[in-house]
Amino acid sequence: MFSQIGVKSVDELFKAIPEKVKINTVGVVPPSGISELELKETLEYLSKKNKNTKEFVSFLGGGSYNHFIPSTVSHIIRKSEFYTAYTPYQPEISQGMLQSIFEYQSLICDLTGMDAANASMYDGATALAEAASSAVHFTGKNEILVSKAVNPNYRKVLNTYAAGAGWKVVEFGYQQSLGISDFYDASKKMSDGIACVILANPNFFGCIEDVEKFSAVARAKGALSIITIDPISLGILKRPGDIGVDIVTGEGQSLGLPQSFGGPYLGIFAVKKDHLRLMPGRIVGETVDTKGRRGYVLTLQAREQHIRREKAFSNICSNEALCALAATVYLATMGKSGLRDVANLCLQKADYAKKKLSNLVAFRSPSFKEFVLKTSKPVDRINQLLLDNKMIGGLDLGKYYPELKDHMLIAVTEMVKKEDIDRLSGLIF
Amino acid sequence: MYPGNLKYSKEHEWVKVDSITATIGITSHAQSELGDIVYVELPKIGAKFGAMKEFGVVESVKTVSTLYCPVSGEVTEVNSDLSSKPEVVNSDPYGQGWMIKVKLSDPSEVDKLLSSKEYEALLKK
Repeated sequence: MFSQIGVKSVDELFKAIPEKVKINTVGVVPPSGISELELKETLEYLSKKNKNTKEFVSFLGGGSYNHFIPSTVSHIIRKSEFYTAYTPYQPEISQGMLQSIFEYQSLICDLTGMDAANASMYDGATALAEAASSAVHFTGKNEILVSKAVNPNYRKVLNTYAAGAGWKVVEFGYQQSLGISDFYDASKKMSDGIACVILANPNFFGCIEDVEKFSAVARAKGALSIITIDPISLGILKRPGDIGVDIVTGEGQSLGLPQSFGGPYLGIFAVKKDHLRLMPGRIVGETVDTKGRRGYVLTLQAREQHIRREKAFSNICSNEALCALAATVYLATMGKSGLRDVANLCLQKADYAKKKLSNLVAFRSPSFKEFVLKTSKPVDRINQLLLDNKMIGGLDLGKYYPELKDHMLIAVTEMVKKEDIDRLSGLIF
Repeated sequence: MYPGNLKYSKEHEWVKVDSITATIGITSHAQSELGDIVYVELPKIGAKFGAMKEFGVVESVKTVSTLYCPVSGEVTEVNSDLSSKPEVVNSDPYGQGWMIKVKLSDPSEVDKLLSSKEYEALLKK
């Protein structure tokens, strides 16, 4: 075969990969093989090289958060009927799976104040880009107006979608002293070609945006208002559906999913009734069978890629079924008051940290569980010091925002204790 | 089933011409083939279409089908009642189930459409 394709060795096939990114160490399993027992030992040894949130206190957020996961979550999702199942492709035979997705959708609607939610998407970033796509289809316009206070990684995904689809992405700034989106700048850039206005709430700096104001301007221009949310924040913040938002997206990792190096996560996507048919992905509906018994079906499938490939709005006809189930169990376990408690704990603890570090706080706006510090030393040096003290420091914002060199994004969840915050402030000053 | 005062397209739309305005809908055959109609997506007023270009979609419980504009022109009116009562396309396809009104840009196109007899013959093939 090598002579057929004109190469001499296997190595030659990989020569396009730069040497510096190749792993030069020997593989975990030597060519002669090892026993299961040895393998487990080796892997455990390797995993201990990681800094983890069991042994370390984490102040790292920026889209992925260390929240408490009640044991009910793993008990339910590890049932083999759920654990082995992929998104249902012969759906009606999997009534239990469909019911769990229906429950998930209902909970997301309750939480966000929207009329309909889909069965979930890959993550917060894709959900946001898909929402922009929906807005483009709905309005017939192709300009996307997005705040710079939206997660930079989400904006990258949005730009990837835009590059292929031919959308124009226009960014508007944030107010340097307040850390919230600049309404004046947004208004200036609001042309008649705008399909949607995108905000994050709380935004990437943890600050609370005046969503209603932006939604109203979007509406006046015939554009849709889209936000990406942290579902935990809805334990205390107003529901997006009650403040004029057309499409709500968000990262659902906080709802019972471990951080696990960035995935698998859960993309939340919910709309008002008028935009039901713009919703990408799968949707489960409740109905009755010929004998009048309750049953669940995949509904509105006619819009989907596998039926109308060339006309479908979206390529996505799958979902994160297991992650959605984890979120469902999480929300059901916590209940309304439990979620409010979590949100309150985050808010109060973050506020305590903010007070402790008040001299360094960069932005004046009210915030939820994250806030920004302007540090006197480079962030990586502070973070090394924190690591030496069994703490994972905040995100170095200079990597994403050149103007925020020596700025650190601190996340405080209910997992952080008062003593941890006291230690943090002692080390940072 | 196929009123003689209407013109028909091979894609199962009907056209009723009143001087320079054409009212457009789908035929009784089309609605019966589609089954229960649950959603009709119509263009905005002012949209312009060439003959046999796509102007919207109709969605039934089992499929989604494209709607073609049999004649070229500009949309002057859309049947907004269909957003809340799409089922009238099934019950009254030539009456309350009309979809759009178009100001004809080339009235001669109407002559190229099928008569009710020709359309019926097409269905029998």
